[in-house]
Amino acid sequence: MEYIALATGFILILIGLFGALTNRNILRMIVSFTVADTGVNLVIIAVGYMRGRAAPIIDAAVAAADTVARVIDPVPQALVLTAIVIGVGVTALMLAYAYKLYEKKHTLDISKFTELKW
Amino acid sequence: MVSRFFVFLLIAGVGAIFAALLAGYVPDHELNLTARYYAENTVRDTGAANIVAAIVVTYRGLDTLGEVTVLFLTAAIVGLVLAGSQHQGTHRREVPVSGELLVTGARLLVPLILLLGVYVFVNGHLTPGGGFQGGAILASAILLLLLADPVREFSHRLISAIESTSGLIFVGIGGLGILYAGGFLDNRILPLGTLGELFSAGAIPVIYSFIGLKVGAEFSSMLVDLSETEEP
Amino acid sequence: MSHIFTYMSLLLGAAMIVAGLMSVWAKRSLPIVILSSGLVSLLASIQFLLLAAPDVAMTEAAIGSGLTTFLFFFVLNRVRRGTHHG
Repeated sequence: MEYIALATGFILILIGLFGALTNRNILRMIVSFTVADTGVNLVIIAVGYMRGRAAPIIDAAVAAADTVARVIDPVPQALVLTAIVIGVGVTALMLAYAYKLYEKKHTLDISKFTELKW
Repeated sequence: MVSRFFVFLLIAGVGAIFAALLAGYVPDHELNLTARYYAENTVRDTGAANIVAAIVVTYRGLDTLGEVTVLFLTAAIVGLVLAGSQHQGTHRREVPVSGELLVTGARLLVPLILLLGVYVFVNGHLTPGGGFQGGAILASAILLLLLADPVREFSHRLISAIESTSGLIFVGIGGLGILYAGGFLDNRILPLGTLGELFSAGAIPVIYSFIGLKVGAEFSSMLVDLSETEEP
Repeated sequence: MSHIFTYMSLLLGAAMIVAGLMSVWAKRSLPIVILSSGLVSLLASIQFLLLAAPDVAMTEAAIGSGLTTFLFFFVLNRVRRGTHHG
């Protein structure tokens, strides 16, 4: 099952990359970045999964004494927790900038913003 | 725009790298050294039942401090960038009155959603949950208020007061950890208690509560800033 | 029992890829694009639960599928209103 999740994550990263490079509308580019972000998180969690083991929480299913044999790797989950929250922060920043760009020129087409081109 | 041919070349190249990674992937059968240490010693060191919460708050608490800082910067920059395009106070726009179902439903649901958010971050050390999830649920309650009544004035001062106080108390508890226990953000300043109780795991519920309040206040301030922008 | 999980992962993976393609390629309207990205986040949160990561599943469902979609719709609303007036 982890191979399926890994493959899905990799394909989502490729789809997000493709969308970010070929779309012209700024909002569509931001949506593609969000999809690629989700793909990266899926890959990281899929790497930490081990077959036949339970989630890293000690309760009635997993007693405190034999956690080493019954529990999957908790470190990727801690990393992805941080990554998801920062991902939404970056998306909010991108949206604020997109709105300011729209206010300046009343268009969301990125090929119209040519001040930095030589 | 980048021409299509180069885009396909790039996608094919990156796709070949990913395919090589997928073909050579061998899943583990035993926990590696770091995970084994965390699985064995979490209950003894911190007393928390949720190993991921113990890692995020105590073992790698400095990363959480960095993440909270990044969120604070994000909320501040969104407020700064959108400051020039906000309502001038008395400017009321004409919006149609929200439907009866939405208004009454919001009045009923908002306290329940707030209660769920508080439950999620107070019980972060026992069940799946924690500060970030609870904060997001709190922000969705504010979002429901915004949707039911779009011209309502939200007090920016209250939201930023909650956010700054929570952040200050979070760093203060970390500093107390230096004075009274092993190091920064050590949770042994409060007694560890028995595994599975609500008042256990030292200072982890307290730290998670303040993280949850801070994250909720930050997401709410981002939403309120975005909803107050004036039409051009 | 694990066969069910494998089939569910396969179904979720196929649905995620279709939703991802829709969010990148849908020529018609922006709300469909934004809703497709919300759908990808929702299906990813179910896949996280199947991969034994309940904390991450809750975070992705609350933040990725909820708040991000709303942020997008707020900005889209402002942009649309400006386009109709100006």
